[in-house]
Amino acid sequence: MVGFVLVSHSQKVAEGVRELGLMMAPDVPVEATGGTDDGGLGTSYEKISAAIDRVYSEDGVLVMVDMGSSCMTTEMVIEDRGDPKIIMVDCPFVEGSVAAIVSSSCGSSLQEAKAVAEEAREEKKF
Amino acid sequence: MTDSSKVLDIVGHIGEAISENAQFLTDLDAAIGDNDHGVNMARGFKKVEEDLPGLKDKDMGAIFKKVGMDIVSAVGGSSGPLYGTAFMKAGAAVAGKMEIDLNDFLKIMDEAISGVQLRGKAEKGEKTMLDAMMPARDAMREAAEAGKGIKEVLDAGVKAAEDGVEYTKTIIATKGRASYLGERSIGHQDPGATSFMVMLKAVADKYEE
Ligand SMILES: Nc1ncnc2c1ncn2[C@@H]1O[C@H](COP(=O)(O)OP(=O)(O)OP(=O)(O)O)[C@@H](O)[C@H]1O
Ligand SMILES: [Mg+2]
Repeated sequence: MVGFVLVSHSQKVAEGVRELGLMMAPDVPVEATGGTDDGGLGTSYEKISAAIDRVYSEDGVLVMVDMGSSCMTTEMVIEDRGDPKIIMVDCPFVEGSVAAIVSSSCGSSLQEAKAVAEEAREEKKF
Repeated sequence: MTDSSKVLDIVGHIGEAISENAQFLTDLDAAIGDNDHGVNMARGFKKVEEDLPGLKDKDMGAIFKKVGMDIVSAVGGSSGPLYGTAFMKAGAAVAGKMEIDLNDFLKIMDEAISGVQLRGKAEKGEKTMLDAMMPARDAMREAAEAGKGIKEVLDAGVKAAEDGVEYTKTIIATKGRASYLGERSIGHQDPGATSFMVMLKAVADKYEE
């Protein structure tokens, strides 16, 4: 099963999104990581890297990001790992994460989960 | 020629300048961002300071790389991956060298700018650190080509960075957090452009007339 790392500036936001995803797909490996090493709002290279390790499997890891440094720092972690099974996706953080987590529980591959998350960019809410 | 002990001395002085200006940089970020730029940068350079003793006698590549990694891991905001990538790319361009000259310095600036652009996808005129870095680089190259020495080159860079910071007051932010403010960002100087100016000034401080 594809695993997920949810990277937000805020640990609370990341955990909230994780909760929303697990409500529908409790069996999927999802790590929520947010904030700086000292617990403030922001991004931590080390935390992101450690979270990837915790959900890593042969099926791969999809990393979801909110904005700014979450995105840039995740990009650096992924470049440094150089593992094609660890990728990130550009999508709305909440909607994309929930959709992709649910698709993983239905057996999607890493690339399929990424495509599902990307679809959330186009979906109109009303 | 600048040897590695001088570079470590300069990096230490950059850290001092950042910590002296931390409140000022954070206040600038309070106006058009999230009130943390100085705090972020000071946290980054504190980690750098702790690691400086271990970099004694290392080559330029190793020094710049370590500084970049420390900044990435300790800063926690966008300036972390941006300045971090800048230092790491700069380091790759001078790897193995125990001394650097003016030409190497200009190469370092080029690589730093391309690192920031690689990571942040910004161009000139988007109200970011690039609006101080790019004019400073251009002015320094021009001064060097006119045969000026390192001190005059750096002073020309500082002057251009200051003008760049002033220029950021006149434009709308289209990258980073300040871009959420749109027109409201006009009239405020960019925190990242300002921190670059502070760092370049700290470098210039360390050279005699
Ligand atoms: N895409 C970008 N390209 C170049 N510089 C940028 C970009 N985004 C932000 N900056 C620079 O970073 C500075 C802000 O740095 P700071 O450390 O406050 O990060 P932040 O915006 O709080 O980070 P975060 O993304 O975590 O919210 C800005 O003043 C600007 O100069
Ligand atoms: Mg900020």
